[in-house]
Amino acid sequence: MKYTLMINEGPYQHQASDTALQFARAALEKGHEIFRVFFYHDGVNNGTRLAVPPKDDRMLQKEWSELAEKHGLDLVICIAAAQRRGLMDASEAKRQGLNADNIAAGFRISGLGQLIEGGIEADRTLVFGD
Amino acid sequence: MAKKFLYLNRKAPYGSVYALESLEVVLIAAAFEQEVSLAFLDDGVYQIAKGQNPKAIGMKNFSPTYNALGDYGITKMYVERESLAERGLTEDDLMPIVYEDEDDDYAEKPSVQVVSRMEMAQIMAEQDVTFSF
Repeated sequence: MKYTLMINEGPYQHQASDTALQFARAALEKGHEIFRVFFYHDGVNNGTRLAVPPKDDRMLQKEWSELAEKHGLDLVICIAAAQRRGLMDASEAKRQGLNADNIAAGFRISGLGQLIEGGIEADRTLVFGD
Repeated sequence: MAKKFLYLNRKAPYGSVYALESLEVVLIAAAFEQEVSLAFLDDGVYQIAKGQNPKAIGMKNFSPTYNALGDYGITKMYVERESLAERGLTEDDLMPIVYEDEDDDYAEKPSVQVVSRMEMAQIMAEQDVTFSF
């Protein structure tokens, strides 16, 4: 089965990102395909590389990056939601005249059309929210 | 073949950004030539309530955008009757959102349909993709 996942909540404040990560791992283990993971609302905060959780806690952002690298996942952060919340890649930071970027490895910033395409292309679209 | 997309709105228009950002998805979705429906339930029914004026809390009133959805080919907006009743609202408290039916000499027709909880469940079951906000 081919899945698109949508993650609507930021890390730690809500369990949505944990649950989605666990689902993605389980689905991949069973041989399913993840077409795309789309981060929206505060979910875009899952893609910052500047999070430093306590050592005895899980490291959600890093776990997403590692899973993406291992399985070639397409992790997409919504640009409109990211701009509101200060998530930047290098080219967007340059375009906005800002002197820093903070996007984590394996994530890319793109538009909402990527979510709709995900819904069209996947057999099942799952929303992880509050 | 076009898929049936449902945008499920459950939260009040102000107090959180879900309603506004849901509307942003809907506007993009309209360009994809899929079958798009909106549903309003729980506090989501307030999103299309008449007479919104959030100026005093520094928010933009984005409710006029729902009136424009007909021009984007989005003509199905389902509202759950029980959610209205639980909040002391009736259909008269909602904006009179209409669309022009191009198959009927551009006659203005209501986009909003008040449906029962049972009917809403049926509408949800018929969808290919449901985005819940």
